[in-house]
Amino acid sequence: MVEMFAAENGLKGDPRLQAISNAIRVVPHFPKQGIMFQDITTLLLDHKAFKNTVDIFVDRYKDMDISVVAGVEARGFMFGPTIALAIGAKFVPLRKPKKLPGEVIAEAYELEYGSDCLEMHVGAVEAGERAIVIDDLVATGGTLSAAISLLERVGAEVVECACVIGLREVKGQRRLNGKPLYILVEPREIDSC
Amino acid sequence: MLQRALIFSSSNPICSQLSTTAPPDNTVFPKRNGGWIIPFSSYQLPAFPSDSAANRPNMASQDEQDPRISNISSAIRVIPDFPKPGIIFQDITTLLLDTKAFRDTIDLFVERYRGKDISVVAGIEARGFIFGPPIALAIGAKFVPMRKPNKLPGEVLSEEYSLEYGKDTMEMHVDAVKAGERALIIDDLVATGGTLSAAISLLERVGVHVVECACVIELPELKGRERLGGKPLFVLVSST
Repeated sequence: MVEMFAAENGLKGDPRLQAISNAIRVVPHFPKQGIMFQDITTLLLDHKAFKNTVDIFVDRYKDMDISVVAGVEARGFMFGPTIALAIGAKFVPLRKPKKLPGEVIAEAYELEYGSDCLEMHVGAVEAGERAIVIDDLVATGGTLSAAISLLERVGAEVVECACVIGLREVKGQRRLNGKPLYILVEPREIDSC
Repeated sequence: MLQRALIFSSSNPICSQLSTTAPPDNTVFPKRNGGWIIPFSSYQLPAFPSDSAANRPNMASQDEQDPRISNISSAIRVIPDFPKPGIIFQDITTLLLDTKAFRDTIDLFVERYRGKDISVVAGIEARGFIFGPPIALAIGAKFVPMRKPNKLPGEVLSEEYSLEYGKDTMEMHVDAVKAGERALIIDDLVATGGTLSAAISLLERVGVHVVECACVIELPELKGRERLGGKPLFVLVSST
């Protein structure tokens, strides 16, 4: 699996990345003790940083013949549609069970305790389409793996997964079926301000 | 009953770069294969005071219908008996697959709200998260998600609202907005108006001025428009 951080892949020293990182709020011990939650809602309040986030993804994908942007519920919905509109692609929401009203295919994935399920509408994506998957953050990659599976099951080619925030992978821990993963920033440990 | 055909087509995308900040009115966008697109139509929506309780429906499709509306309407899929028998569900996911119709949807809202000093676009979970951010980015506003309980990690304000059976709660981060800001509330559809009403309350409790509520679809028979405490409602499509 190829994991690419923006600062090491074409955007070294780009001041937009530091501003994006600074705009993300760290909330300690949410949803439970020990987790340093990376809160992107503060990024959405910073119009310039939010726009830069979208622009970086648009610049990367606009000439890659992408016809599908799949966004993972719910924070993937905040970034995916604007990217899709700008690159001329469809937006396909990947949702928790029982939200999508039409015929769906479903893919289960592991949580820390138990499992969950991601669904996609049948017919939203056609065989041969080139797709990217968007979410706000990648940790273990379980959700992204389920998203990749859904798209591949209908014959789409997943070109890349893209996340605003991503932890550096511990060797072998994250399985994205060999798909490249593009990440803008790493999580911060604690708010400095 | 308005009939809408489901068409899943691999549409030929108009591959223009959508600028996410509001450009000057004379800006054109390049097509990927050459040529230019003028993004905003010359159609002017009727103007009315933004904080009046309008007596006529605030609908883009009334009287002089914008030519973009009919494609938007026909891109929405109707699914009977979801989530339960008797409910006719308006599925906007098919609109999101139609690149032109989705772009036109956003453009219609952006044209209406650009230059109106709106600094907050509040979107209601989850389908409001699909339409709100592109609008916010294009008009230079913040995007504020209004969420189901226990999703937002920071300090929140909560507002309870009624469902057909039982209650639900909507939350907003306390420090997302400031008193005196002017806000829009976006959702895909307005039915009874309960959700929009809760969102209006949350924003007003911190002193924000809600300028208007905006939805793609209205179900007028459920009279949501009357439950918004006098706030105006703007919709693109009305479904009877």
